[in-house]
Amino acid sequence: MKMQPSGIDIAARAASIVNEMRGMEGPLLPILHSIQEEFGHVPQEVLPVIATGLNLSRADVHGVVSFYHDFRKVPAGRHVLKLCQAESCQAMGSDAVAAALKQKLGIGFHGTTKDGAVTLEPVYCLGLCACSPAAMLDGEVIGRLDEDSIEEIVQEVRI
Amino acid sequence: MGLITEIDYGTPESKTGKQVTLTVDGKTVTVPEGTSIMRAAMEGGVEIPKLCATDMLDSFGSCRVCLVEIEGRNGTPASCTTQVGEGMVVHTVSERLDTIRRGVMELYVSDHPTGWGENAGTGASEFDRMAEKIGLSENRFGVEGRNHVVAEDAAAGGGVAPGEGALTIDYMVKDESNPYFTYDPSQCIVCSRCVRACADVQGTFALTIEGRGFESRMVASMNEDFVDSECVSCGACVQACPTDALREKAVLEKGMPERSVVTTCAYCGVGCNFKAEVKGDEVIRMMPYKDGKSNHGHSCVKGRFAYGYATHSDRILSPMLREKITDPWREVTWEEALAHTAKEFRRIQHQYGRGSIGGITSSRCTDEETYLVQKLVRQGFGNNNVDTCARVCHSPTGYGLNTTLGTSAGTQDFDSVEETDVMLLIGANPTDAHPVFASRMKKRLREGARIIVIDPRRTDLVRSPHIEAAYHLPIKPGTNVAILTGLAHVIVTEKLYDEAYIRSYCEWDAFEDWAEFVSDPRYSPEETAKVCGVDAETIRQAARLYAAGGNGAIFYGLGVTEHSQGSTAVMGLANLAMATGNIGRNGVGVNPLRGQNNVQGSCDMGSFPHEFPGYRHVATDSVRKIYEDLWGVALDKEPGLRIPNMLDAAVDGTFRGIYIQGEDILQSDPDTTHVAAGLAAMECVVVHDLFLNETARYAHVFLPGSTFLEKDGTFINAERRINLVHKVIEPKARYADWEATQELARALGLDWNYTHPSEIMDEIAATTPTFSGVTFDLLEREGSVQWPCNEKAPLGTPVMHINGIVRGKGNFVRTEYVATDEKVGPRFPLLLTTGRILSQYNVGAQTRRTGNVAWHAEDMLEIHPHDAEDRGIRNGDWVRLSSRSNETTLRALVTDRVAPGVVYTTFHHPETQANVVTTDYTDWATSCPEFKVTAVQIAPSNGPSEWQREYDELTAMSRRIARVEAAE
Repeated sequence: MKMQPSGIDIAARAASIVNEMRGMEGPLLPILHSIQEEFGHVPQEVLPVIATGLNLSRADVHGVVSFYHDFRKVPAGRHVLKLCQAESCQAMGSDAVAAALKQKLGIGFHGTTKDGAVTLEPVYCLGLCACSPAAMLDGEVIGRLDEDSIEEIVQEVRI
Repeated sequence: MGLITEIDYGTPESKTGKQVTLTVDGKTVTVPEGTSIMRAAMEGGVEIPKLCATDMLDSFGSCRVCLVEIEGRNGTPASCTTQVGEGMVVHTVSERLDTIRRGVMELYVSDHPTGWGENAGTGASEFDRMAEKIGLSENRFGVEGRNHVVAEDAAAGGGVAPGEGALTIDYMVKDESNPYFTYDPSQCIVCSRCVRACADVQGTFALTIEGRGFESRMVASMNEDFVDSECVSCGACVQACPTDALREKAVLEKGMPERSVVTTCAYCGVGCNFKAEVKGDEVIRMMPYKDGKSNHGHSCVKGRFAYGYATHSDRILSPMLREKITDPWREVTWEEALAHTAKEFRRIQHQYGRGSIGGITSSRCTDEETYLVQKLVRQGFGNNNVDTCARVCHSPTGYGLNTTLGTSAGTQDFDSVEETDVMLLIGANPTDAHPVFASRMKKRLREGARIIVIDPRRTDLVRSPHIEAAYHLPIKPGTNVAILTGLAHVIVTEKLYDEAYIRSYCEWDAFEDWAEFVSDPRYSPEETAKVCGVDAETIRQAARLYAAGGNGAIFYGLGVTEHSQGSTAVMGLANLAMATGNIGRNGVGVNPLRGQNNVQGSCDMGSFPHEFPGYRHVATDSVRKIYEDLWGVALDKEPGLRIPNMLDAAVDGTFRGIYIQGEDILQSDPDTTHVAAGLAAMECVVVHDLFLNETARYAHVFLPGSTFLEKDGTFINAERRINLVHKVIEPKARYADWEATQELARALGLDWNYTHPSEIMDEIAATTPTFSGVTFDLLEREGSVQWPCNEKAPLGTPVMHINGIVRGKGNFVRTEYVATDEKVGPRFPLLLTTGRILSQYNVGAQTRRTGNVAWHAEDMLEIHPHDAEDRGIRNGDWVRLSSRSNETTLRALVTDRVAPGVVYTTFHHPETQANVVTTDYTDWATSCPEFKVTAVQIAPSNGPSEWQREYDELTAMSRRIARVEAAE
């Protein structure tokens, strides 16, 4: 896990990211991705920095950031587990998978375990409908979830 | 007269020429190509239900209630986003459309307070009306689901909401932080009208839609309180909101207004038209008027909301007298006050001579009132001792433009900016001082026009969301003439001038002389850069852009005029415009941004000591004869005293009495201590004003004034537009200002019998060639006209100098830069310049008495971080601001908006009195004070200066009113 820098460092680092990328066409989203990569989330205090850098209003930037659920307001756990809750997965029992995982991890959707190990999130379609119910752990997709694979996931994220 | 409801056509007017004919519900309608079906239907008298559309904004297509059927096409397209086509047959009513609309409306209602059976807000919103029009009879979706409407607490405790407490996770509390309007998120239907109004109309981009899907809601900035956000409180969002989510507090508290009166704002020189909406005899709100030709339905925080001063308890409603200025005031009848004034004025004239009294007209009052004051002075006092507050702002504009172009006014209308390619902005900060016009400039800049900003400060037009200046020249205060000559040098030496234009419309000899002058290497960008403290290459680039970038328009303000070379700089601007052929058509010109609602009018009405109305010199026999014949007296052919001369003469003992209508010279004129000395030396100072202003501390007679809401008349804005002012409520102090002046004239024995300001305008028209076509009837018919308005231009003149400059041939004038005598040195190493802030107006007499103090409770001194650090000053510290004249204290605001070596402050608050430190240097041609440059020093301070302490004591003393003796 990266060290959490202080407020001044965040603003200075964000400003340098903005400076590097402002020449791009449509730079706001790439900048937000870089920020999230850098800090593990999009800290509120970088929004005015981005706004000034791109000559946008704070409202403009906030509107975009808040539209995308993938831009986090707070850092996620070490692992991020996304469970598909869309139609196909629902039909194949994703509700039960979600209930089992919530119970085993002791958290609900959008929650992070107290030890910072894992964040659980719903997602609406991973494009893996043929392998429902599906999940994504740290960017890797997992299909045809069953009791065994759920247990495997729990073991893995506890590390 | 009832409440005026302007027709909302739903989408903006299409400006293309080609006409298209279609049928809407069996009616044939012909509209320009590019018009939406929605607008075409409304023009044919068919109103299609809508929520997200309004004609101030481009169509958006989100609400899905404006659907129509078009014969030969599938589906039900949205009428706001679908353009008309030739021969189209449109149906706006059918079983299918009704069903869809009801379904959509039901969904809205299921998440809206009306769904709970509550009467939300006014009950008179567009949303309420649409629900009724669509004929909603049920809500099948219920209100039990996730919703925005009722807080969990209320649900648990009050039992207001049915179902479980958890259902209200999306509730947001009301934002009451703005002094003038509330934001109730539970009523928001996410139509984005407010967001689009803030972006497209106002150009501030302070609002956004937060989140997505069901949780989405409008928020200010990053979900901040409105008052802390980027919001500038222009009111465009409130006006655009179809529900009561954004609503004026006054309407929520006092109910919907009952009648409207269209009138003109009394703040800045933009001259916005408003509907004053009234209930009983109380103004509930001011709504920008869409037919207003200068504002087209937009407004700023001052005009829209800051009218509370009209009913403020500080207003004095009874005339008052006192023998000495150390006495308490005594309330008296109008008759006694007027008789006393007349007696005193006659006594002073008898004792000290005819020229020992004078008058000052007001740029805040109407043309008719101004005309009467100058008439009183010329006819009644028998001298020309009349001057006006324009002396301290735009008198150099009059002189400079008259010398070069032959008219003392701006060349364009505001609409002209829509065709501008390059703006040259110098010494003006329109986003704060002329906000409604600034919004139009910004809109044009977002469309691709470019702007060059010459200003010591980094103002919002240099860089703010979505706009950025092509070049910013942060010149040292006081070097305007140098930079303008430097720009001219580049234009001439690089042969970027428009020879064909100059040969046709200007004096070629004058041009050659000027070209030779500016071509001197002394004025090269490199030399200019040294004087002005800016980069030479930027000067070159800026000059090339202005000369060769297409339609170039110059906009300037007091940052040009309030200098020792103010008149020279104005001529420098006219030179640039003529040399590049940027005169006499749409999109170009030289445009002074006038500070006050009627500063143009007060100048036009003969407020200067050397000029009759229409800028005709008092020494001209033929002109004097016109007035002598009409007024029946011999008139003085010698020009009278200007304000500074009156004060000098007062100190010398030859000037003893003055009638001041609606101007606070003690606060607005330079070198406050000198003004005070002059006033203190007079024997009869008559102040005619709304409040016991600063000047009134030295007054012997106080006559209560009337606000713009209490009178009829006209104001003339920066584009020479004569706008009607209509009486909204009866004068609170018995007389409108023109009536009070008339009563004073009668007390002096003059036979004045005007029964309405229209009769005064008739007299103006009969005696002034540029106004000869103006009547109140014409203004009522046309809404407004721009002078000259006469036989040659019966409906006025939007753009001047078309096919020839008024002067005959344009005149180029050499503009030698002479540094001001006010220089920095070891004792006073910094340059102070002054300006305004958006929420306050001038000396603040009005805006300080409104909710606008929420944004600007005190004057602050802007100082660059380097200069602050050198002096050990931190943000928010008290600092002492001293100059060769005097000193004052205020708080510091450390910012890099100002360059090192420059400090900046506003002059809105009498406690600060920035003008005690300004000098008495003035423009060489017009005596306009040099407010914009003062050498100063800044030091940390513990509190008010000695001057401020004395002043506070004197203020308290001089405002005592002996209430016991009030005439009951």
